[in-house]
Amino acid sequence: MTDTATPMNAAATGDWEVVIGLEIHAQLATRSKIFSGSATEYGASPNSQANLVDLGYPGVLPVLNAEAVRMAVKFGLATGATIASTSVFARKNYFYPDLPKGYQISQYERPIVERGSLEILLEDGTHKVVGITRAHLEEDAGKSMHEGLLNSSGIDLNRAGTPLLEIVSEPDMRSAKEAVSYLKKMHTLVRYLEICDGNMQEGSFRCDANVSVRRRGAEKFGTRCEIKNVNSFRYVEKAINYEVLRQIDVLEGGGTIRQETRLYDSAKDETRPMRSKEEANDYRYFPDPDLLPVVIAADFIDSVRATLPELPDQKAARFAAQYGLQIYDAGVLTASRELANYYEAVVQKLAGDALGAKLAANWVMGDFSGFLNRDGLELAAAKVSAESLAGLLIRIIDQTISGKIAKDVFEQMWADGSDADVVIEAKGLRQITDTTEIEQAIDNVMAANSNQLNDYRSGKDKLFGFFVGQVMKATGGKANPAQLNELLKKKLSA
Amino acid sequence: MSLTRKDVEGIAHLARLEISEAQLPVYVESLSKILSFVEQLNAAQTTGVEPMAHPLAGEAQRLRPDEVTEQDQHVKYQANAVSVAAGLYVVPKVIE
Amino acid sequence: MSLHTLSVAELVTGLAAKKFSAVELTEHFLARIGLMNEALNAYITVTPERALADARRADAARSAGQAVLLTGLPLAHKDIFCTDGVRTTCGSKMLGEFVAPYDATIVERLQAAGTVTLGKTNMDEFAMGSSNETSYFGPVRNPWDLAKVPGGSSGGSAAAVAARLAPVATGTDTGGSIRQPAALVGISGIKPTYGRVSRYGMIAFASSLDQAGVMAASAADCAYLLQAMAGFDPRDSTSVNAPVPNYVAELTTPLQGLRIGVVREFFGPGLETATGALVQAAIEQYRALGATIVDVSCPNLPLSVPTYYVVAPAECSSNLSRFDGVRFGYRCQEPRDLMDLYKRSRGEGFGDEVKRRIMTGTYVLSAGYYDAYYLQAQKVRNLISAEFKHAFTQADLLIGPTSPTTAFDIGSKVDDPITMYLNDIYTIGANLAGLPAMSIPCGFSQNLPVGLQLLGPHFSESRILSAAHGYQSVTDFHQRVPAAYV
Repeated sequence: MTDTATPMNAAATGDWEVVIGLEIHAQLATRSKIFSGSATEYGASPNSQANLVDLGYPGVLPVLNAEAVRMAVKFGLATGATIASTSVFARKNYFYPDLPKGYQISQYERPIVERGSLEILLEDGTHKVVGITRAHLEEDAGKSMHEGLLNSSGIDLNRAGTPLLEIVSEPDMRSAKEAVSYLKKMHTLVRYLEICDGNMQEGSFRCDANVSVRRRGAEKFGTRCEIKNVNSFRYVEKAINYEVLRQIDVLEGGGTIRQETRLYDSAKDETRPMRSKEEANDYRYFPDPDLLPVVIAADFIDSVRATLPELPDQKAARFAAQYGLQIYDAGVLTASRELANYYEAVVQKLAGDALGAKLAANWVMGDFSGFLNRDGLELAAAKVSAESLAGLLIRIIDQTISGKIAKDVFEQMWADGSDADVVIEAKGLRQITDTTEIEQAIDNVMAANSNQLNDYRSGKDKLFGFFVGQVMKATGGKANPAQLNELLKKKLSA
Repeated sequence: MSLTRKDVEGIAHLARLEISEAQLPVYVESLSKILSFVEQLNAAQTTGVEPMAHPLAGEAQRLRPDEVTEQDQHVKYQANAVSVAAGLYVVPKVIE
Repeated sequence: MSLHTLSVAELVTGLAAKKFSAVELTEHFLARIGLMNEALNAYITVTPERALADARRADAARSAGQAVLLTGLPLAHKDIFCTDGVRTTCGSKMLGEFVAPYDATIVERLQAAGTVTLGKTNMDEFAMGSSNETSYFGPVRNPWDLAKVPGGSSGGSAAAVAARLAPVATGTDTGGSIRQPAALVGISGIKPTYGRVSRYGMIAFASSLDQAGVMAASAADCAYLLQAMAGFDPRDSTSVNAPVPNYVAELTTPLQGLRIGVVREFFGPGLETATGALVQAAIEQYRALGATIVDVSCPNLPLSVPTYYVVAPAECSSNLSRFDGVRFGYRCQEPRDLMDLYKRSRGEGFGDEVKRRIMTGTYVLSAGYYDAYYLQAQKVRNLISAEFKHAFTQADLLIGPTSPTTAFDIGSKVDDPITMYLNDIYTIGANLAGLPAMSIPCGFSQNLPVGLQLLGPHFSESRILSAAHGYQSVTDFHQRVPAAYV
């Protein structure tokens, strides 16, 4: 999920302004499906989690999952949206093999959540509010498999009926970077709310982008294309950038943009029209007669509000104020709730130390996050607990070890989960703070390097670093750096 | 409303129904008649009247607790399918 | 002993007193079916082995002192209700080989109440029809005159009960599909309030109109069955969680003081004179029984047929999209591609009337037509519903004919959908408004039965049943059986 997409700035789009709106499909983290009691676990054997309702068997009926409703309300509250006191499920009719009933149960004219917003941080450090038009509940479709089948496809309906929250933004974004920033922020938010696991590889968090361009200053939006199948932050950026340039090329060549659905091919880094969507859609939406209006009472909304966690923006602001962090660092630390909790747990163990919070921030964002990334681990799988990382930082603060040694100790802790003190003792890494011992080491180094000593004394100040290095080497890096500096200066100039 | 042959072909396509050449004119005629018949609804004064989607106005959707109540029964359920392979329902190739 | 002439109360009492066993009773009906079904075509599937197994279990339960209300009572299910392990066709080639892997809620409930299933009855394809002529399995014949239709869509259940090939049968009613055939074959049939009986496992035609009910010789027989069928089902979101009265015990509620409203619009042009006269006579009978007769009017009621023929096709066009040749049902031979699989499986699997309604529904929901057709129809539906509501401030029950005519000749209306649709002109209103309604026999016109319709406000089944029972206590139309089936 690193950003390596080709950079594109306003200059690259010249006279054209980019307009982007995103439709995000977040699978809600319920145990069972939105309208049936089938499990929603990922990766089960084909059709083992598709019951009669999911299969659209004749005669069966949907019953709405309470948890899906609660999660949608939670999302609405977190984005400052209006929660509809009455929302209505409608049928979206179309034929497709992964859609067993020939219609998708969705919400159309009366969604459960309307008019919210999300604030994003732009590259220049300013903030921008992106409008959320609506968020509605619907059921996911199944999957078509093509591998190993000649001229045919296999249909797995395990995913059919998994609850989705479709989050539709206003066309408020003006670059691929803004779109990614919004997407990442939304990704953070749904995980904070614990309504979606955010797993993009497994398709739990998906995104379609509506992209158009218009002449700068023009009031009317250009004709938009919807890009489907963009399943990582990086691809969203690349797909949008490709599509923007394509549209500009067409328009500058005197052509017109056809409103269509396009598929992003990450292998070729291009978008192309989807054959299955070539026909004009006529979804024939109408209220689903098998489901009654969903009525949400004010006290229910209040009870959900009471369960809202501290949200990412609130947490970042608090971290900055409470721990004296840069707002950017606070943003990094609060990008996931787990990381923020981890950080705070470390800080708590260091209670009372003014430098502790900053030191902890550097370590959590630095080595700790770096190692997680390197090993592709989830935070929960890390062997270094918050308590144990705090144990290491305490040893830096009390000067038992240097920051440099601490990195080696951390490496060992990461590998086998041992405590900092155990590693320090076992490897004899305790810092040398005994003046006599350091002086002895300095004397030895000075005796062994008489040429350099003469050069230094004749004015080559730069050699100071050489002596520090030699003493450190002689002490196995354990000499207390501050003491070493002081004593070395004294001895060299004696 | 009088439908044309092309209208009926369009509707049949949207509804994924194959209609034979011989049957098309029959449907053109009967569907046109039905639509003309139902157009008497236009005469009703419905300004300000809410559309009624459910016969029991005022009833609200009941919510089900989020519990997994189902077990894997795909073998039984797939007994009604004509073409199945490795637990998958088989259809002519799906082109995206 | 003529077991097939006994009422449900007599059968239940006889079984309890061990005057006859469930096996004897079941064998009796199976024998009649064997002799008479071929001419009537009332059953699509007869399940003798299962029926006898059910009956033996019922007798065993009785011996063990575990009998419940209907233990050992044979019945037939309309072939629209899913029955685990037994073919459920819905009268269609589409489901000609379909074996449901589960039981409909009402099938489950009636089994739990001790009933014995004789088989599955014929019906118009997907319940779309008023004459039983759209069935893939051939038309059902009216036991009073084999050249006539039995009405539809529950024509098989109607004919089976009228010819006493089953003491009682289940039916479904979307626009009159219980009441109109009940009227045309001279039996009693009740469509309960929408939401009173679970729709789970009943193959959907038009979900906001469909309701399961009972067809039997008398209102009292209906009461026994409805008692076992009615009640809340968590699997159906439209099922209403309200207590079920004791229909059987309340049958004898007096008619004294009952206000019965005669709906003016039920007596407009199109009503056969003889039918109208018999209905008027029945109204007089009610007056004689102590009811107060009042005039009421529902001016928009004549629009119920066009309203219905927008709403029902719209819902059906969507409900029937699941029949795509993939997971169940008919699949065409060697499809060229996906589109071909869909079009031919559906084109070949559905009959003409079903296709006509799917296309009508597809059209009225499509872009540019939704407001003019579908939305306007749902608004008129609201008007009609409000008019009924108003009428029920003036009357406890409403009364009128069930069908404008008696049974018509097979083949006489098949080519004219509008004429066919107008058969339901008096019954559709109850479906649009979700009201309970019942048809009971009120006489004969040229040797063909005539039906009287009673309608009530939501959840007034008990009042309707007792009013019907009061009438049947002083008349014997409901006891008449066609000569060939006595």
